[in-house]
Order: sequence, then structure tokens, then C-alpha cells
Amino acid sequence: MADCTESKIDIRGTGMYLRRGGSGEPMLFLHGASGVAGWIPTFQALSETHDLMVPDHPTYGLSDEPEWLDGMEDLAMFYLDFLDQMNLEGVHLVGNSLGGWLAMEIAVRNCTRLKSLTLVGAAGIRIAGKPIADIFMMDPDDLVREIFVDQSYADNILNMELTEEQLDIQIRNRVATARLGWQPRLFNPNLRKWLHRITVPTHVIWGDTDKIVDPAYAAEFGKIIAGSEVTMIEKAGHLPHIEQSEPFVEAVSGFLQSKAA
Amino acid sequence: MKAFMFHLMPYASLDMSERDKHPSAWITLPNSLYDPKIGHELYNRYLDELELAAEVGFDGVAVNEHHQNAYGLMPSPVVMASSLARRTEKCKLAILGNAFALREHPLTLAEEHAMIDCITAGRLITGFVRGIGAEFYSLAANPTLSHERHMEAHDLVVRAWTETGPFAFEGKHYHFEYVNLWPRPYQDPHPPIWCPSLGSTETIEWAAHPDRKYVYAQNYSPFTNVCKFLDQYREVAASQYGYDASSDQIGWTAPVYIADTDEQAVEEATEHMEALFNKFLYLPFEQLFPPGYMSMQSYKRVAAHKRNITGGAKMETLMENGVVLVGSPETVRKKLIECHQVLGFGTFVALLHFGTLPADKTERNIRLFAEEVLPAIQPLSDNEYRGFEPAQAAAE
Repeated sequence: MADCTESKIDIRGTGMYLRRGGSGEPMLFLHGASGVAGWIPTFQALSETHDLMVPDHPTYGLSDEPEWLDGMEDLAMFYLDFLDQMNLEGVHLVGNSLGGWLAMEIAVRNCTRLKSLTLVGAAGIRIAGKPIADIFMMDPDDLVREIFVDQSYADNILNMELTEEQLDIQIRNRVATARLGWQPRLFNPNLRKWLHRITVPTHVIWGDTDKIVDPAYAAEFGKIIAGSEVTMIEKAGHLPHIEQSEPFVEAVSGFLQSKAA
Repeated sequence: MKAFMFHLMPYASLDMSERDKHPSAWITLPNSLYDPKIGHELYNRYLDELELAAEVGFDGVAVNEHHQNAYGLMPSPVVMASSLARRTEKCKLAILGNAFALREHPLTLAEEHAMIDCITAGRLITGFVRGIGAEFYSLAANPTLSHERHMEAHDLVVRAWTETGPFAFEGKHYHFEYVNLWPRPYQDPHPPIWCPSLGSTETIEWAAHPDRKYVYAQNYSPFTNVCKFLDQYREVAASQYGYDASSDQIGWTAPVYIADTDEQAVEEATEHMEALFNKFLYLPFEQLFPPGYMSMQSYKRVAAHKRNITGGAKMETLMENGVVLVGSPETVRKKLIECHQVLGFGTFVALLHFGTLPADKTERNIRLFAEEVLPAIQPLSDNEYRGFEPAQAAAE
């Protein structure tokens, strides 16, 4: 069923776990705080029209934990190395939550290998008085419930029997997120100053009931990133690509087609 | 044996029905529950209690650091130690501890400790702690960096205390072009360093290193854990580092309450002791163990017992496990002599006020400990210690 290959590739000495499937223009999906839950239907659908790559960030999931990784800027530089080494051009960069923040950190540094940017429930900036939910303070079970509108998704996750390896990954992901985003909490105070350096078409997609990163952020990104478009996904929380797969894929494809035309 | 009185200085007048509306007495407990006028009374009362302990013969008094909470009202133990510096004459002043690495500028603490050391002609003991999990929320410090920053802050402070300045400190987390401490500490090479801990192999291995030989003090633990970790110190010194640890290198901290009889002691202390553990100290798992605060292995170990961390401590169990010492003077005296015989610790730190214990009972507790227990434990030395046998430590 999973039409992707999985392998660990070496980027300048760091082993990165990469899922890759489909063909077409390259698309790189950057996961959020909780990592990647396998080759989900959304990835399968996107891979029908794209060469889709879904890595585990260094220190997350099955990737290495490199010595050099101290913060989001290091991770952004790493992905620029990745794009160079893979010699990818015209990449559609998609980032969810913490991955959205990462996508912007990459794009403000260098857009030359990018063709578009899609931010999904992205962290990375702060609107005064509207903090991102404190995912570290919350009980992890409560957090899962807050992420979804449709609680059957939360039930499925909470009722899952995890293997030892999955449990370890869960802990690693949580620690990795704290390392990158504890202070200041999941944003970079300097990022806002440089968002004008994003020169590729940008699409902001948000769950209309996102309780982790308030939908006010969708409007804010729409305002600051020149020429960006905002799409709200109905009945979706912080992970619209999981909770509303079809509308999400339609939104992504629709935007990219409109820009290609 | 050296005996210290430790004070946490809790906000004992906390409205417990309001407290119970919040997950803990930490981080987000609204400070509208704090009344500065009551705070004024409590601070002065608590300082009086430590001054009394100094008068009646304790070898030292001890304070510590916590932030944004009702459990301990000493965000700066330096303020309390400074206040005690001029009101005490002979006893040691132990800051157990300061969390140097919670700060962007650990040098300010190095300076302040050196000041107190000079004012008191070398009566300061410096405790180096990382800070408990809650502090990383309250002071916005990254828990995943806590260990390496702690180590680096330690190196910075010790170098600042001991090396001729100015020199540049070139660390990963701290970078100072000009380190040149004025004043330098009174004690040569520097104030004794203690490492209070709830039990950590890493801390023991670090503290016991021959370059350091710092005092390791086990806090708030069932007696089996006190044995495990204090013996581990001796074991690590012997097998890893090839020397015999002195009994002066290990200490034990425990809440103590003494009354005329065992029954009276239990009756009088129960409410206040349970308040200490269940109302003041209790922290939800995420607040106690923020991500990256511990190694993966330790985290998994505590996470496995997550359901047991309920805050429902009972006096009976606390006593049975030897977390607290409560009873008549005879009972407490015997217990301490017995424990010393097994472990040979050179320092005992008694928490003689806890939770909501009122002033009159605290004063009596201090006086009874001084009159009835101190004379029996202060003379204890290695002569009364059964001695360390590595095999025995391994078996236990």
C-alpha cells in the first residue's frame, strides 16, 4: 500500500531517514513537533503528482542526533545542504507546525532551489497576546485531544499500543522539539524581519479550529508574506493534512496549478 | 557529624482551597494568593528560626532557591544568606543550592557568593544545582541544555574564584571577555561545593571525581535510596577513581519533627508534613520532568512510575520509608545513630520547618533537636560507622 521507499541517507555525515515516493516536480514535506506517522493517505495522494520526500529531521524519528544541532537555524542550513546534495530544483516546500517554521527559516536564507512554499498551521513567529499553546506544559494525552476536532483521531492515537521503539521515538521527538523551540516558545523573534526574503509563491493553509496555533496566525502570515494566499480548512485542527486529507490535497494542488498556469 | 538546619520558607499561609483549584503550587499558581504583609511576617519569622538554630548549636543553617511558587519563597537564597551573614557568628551558611545555569550571567552569583564569603570570613557553603523541572518553565531556561550549561557554569564560576584575572572564558553557552572577580572568595581555593540531589548517578560520578570531591547530599528520599546513593558515592570513588571517599563527602537531608512522645510527634506533624508533600512540593509530571531534563533512560524509568506520582503522600508511609524522621527525642536520636552506623554520612541536614508547621511548634522542634539530638550526633565519627564494603553496597 505504501508506495514509497524508505532509506537512511547521508547528508554531510548525518544520517537522515527519508521516505520518498511518486514522480513529478519535487516536493519536500517538513514534519511538525510530533514527527511523521508513516506514509499517510495525504502523502500517497500528493505523490501521485509529485516526487514527494518526507524526511525525519535530524534528532527526530529514525534520523541521527548530530552534535551540531543547537537550534532552528542549524536545521535550516542542514536542509539547504540537503537540497544541494540531492541537487533538487524547483522544490515545492511544505511545512506543518514546527516544520512550517523550519520551511520559512530555509526560505528566508535561500529560495533559489524552491518553487513554492506551503505553510500549514505554522509556528515561527509570535503575535503579541496570542501565544502558541504550551505543548510542553500540557499533559501529552490532553495535547493529542487539542490537536484534533474529530476526537476519533485522538482516540485512535491514544488507544494505540506502542512498541518500545515507537515510545523511544515519541520521547526523542519531544526532546528534539524542546531543544529547538523551548525558548522563546516555538518562534524566532528575528524571523518576522526577514520574511520579505521569501520570493516564491506562498500558500498558507490552516485548520479553522486549530487550538495549537491560533488561526489568527494564518491571517498574519497572509499579511506579512507578500503575495501569499490563505486557505482555511473546515473542521480541522492543527493537522489538517491528517484530519481533512481530501480538502487539504485539493487546496495544495489547486494553488500549485494556479501558479503553474 | 555536622548538623545543619534547613529552611524552605514556604508560603505557609496559602489558601489551600484556592491552591487545590490549580495543578500545583508552582509556575502558574496566581500570585494574588500571596499577601506581601503576610510575606513580611513569614520571612522574618523564618529568619528568626534559622538564627535560633545558629544560637542553639547547629553547625550551620541552610537555604535554597526556587522560583514562582509557594513551596519555597527564596528565588534568591543569596538574599537570605546575606541577611543571616551579619546575624550569625560561627555557623556555616549553606546555600543548597543556587541554580547557576538558570541564569544568563552565572558570574553575578559567583560575585555574590564571594561577597558573603568575605563578609563571614569564610562561612559560606555553595550548593550547585541544576534546578528542578518547574524552574525551567518559570525562568524560561531550556531544559534540554540544562546539563551542559550546568557543567559549563560550574567551570566558569570555579575558574572565576580561583584563577588570576582578567581572563577570557570561551564556552559554548557562556562567553566573557573579562573574567576578573572582585572580590575573590575568602576561603582558599573557594567555598566548599555541595551537590544536593534527589538521586542521580551522573551527579555522583561528577561530584566524586578526584578533581572535585564535592559533598553529595541526598534529599527527600526513602532510606533505601539514601543508602543506595550514598554508598554509590563511596563505590564510585573506590572503583572508578581509586580513592576512599571521606565521610565528609556525603550528607543526608530529611524533614524531622520531634515532640515529647512518638504519638504526640505524629499527631502534631501529620497535617503539616502531608501539606509539604501534597500541597507544596507536588508537581504534575510535565512540570517536574520537562523534556530533555533527564537522560532518555532516566526519563523512561520515571515515566514508568508516572501513575504513582499522585501527591497522595501519607505520614505513615513517609515514616515507614524513612523519608521523614518523626518521634520522641529518643526515637529520632536512635534512628539517626543507627542510620549513621550504616552509612557514616558526615553531614545531616534537618528540615525542621515544613509545610504549614506553626511558629511555636517549629521553635520547640528546633530546641528539642538542639538539646536532645545534637549532643548525641555531633560527636559521631567514622568510629561509629560500620565501614564501607563494596560487596555489601552491591548486594543492597
